[in-house]
Amino acid sequence: MTVSVQAEDFDVAAEIAALSAGRNEVGAVATFLGLVRDVSGGSNVAAMTLEHYPGMTEKSLGEIVEQACSRWSLYGVRVIHRFGRLEPGDRIVFVGVAGAHRGEAFAACEFIMDYLKTRAPFWKLEETPEGACWVDARDSDDSAAARWEQGSR
Amino acid sequence: MTVKILYFASLKEALGCTEESFVLPSGVSTVGELRSFLADRGEKWKALGEGRNVRAARNQRMAAPADPVLPGDEIAFFPPVTGG
Repeated sequence: MTVSVQAEDFDVAAEIAALSAGRNEVGAVATFLGLVRDVSGGSNVAAMTLEHYPGMTEKSLGEIVEQACSRWSLYGVRVIHRFGRLEPGDRIVFVGVAGAHRGEAFAACEFIMDYLKTRAPFWKLEETPEGACWVDARDSDDSAAARWEQGSR
Repeated sequence: MTVKILYFASLKEALGCTEESFVLPSGVSTVGELRSFLADRGEKWKALGEGRNVRAARNQRMAAPADPVLPGDEIAFFPPVTGG
């Protein structure tokens, strides 16, 4: 399966191995791993809860992967995003891309993360000493996604 | 002439509402018109008002204000996403 939205943790090494298992045409696997940080905007974060929109989440991630596959010649893509309550150090998101060479693998991995940040319906609620606080979207995420639309990369 | 409306995250909390079945009134035929109509329902519904940073989806796809709303649709309103 290409896309998984799940509460459970995942095995990074197993996911990376699966991207090239039995495929000797794969010359490069680029990955991104997102983790929960213990600080956000100057506040300590004890935990966060990720809410999502079941149904739309899977659909939007699938479309992002499809777009990446139409832009670059890729041999495999894997996206895992967790939801529910997570603590600092916990894994949140994994993106793995297999290609012939590093160029398309790096680019597609970054593209998927940039689009995921602005299009996949997830919301973070952080637990801080000041109380629970919804994370605000950042303009820098919008501009990171927008640069892929200008054909500059 | 009914649509299902979903609310998420901080917007859900502000409205105190997760989901509702809503009969489309006459004059409401787009996502933007639906949002305006809902925002006029009372004090707390101003969270959906103009100037608030609210995004919408129609049938689980990101939607623009001009997109149509048809009976049977699933419409969702939520703040800008913050996953990853």
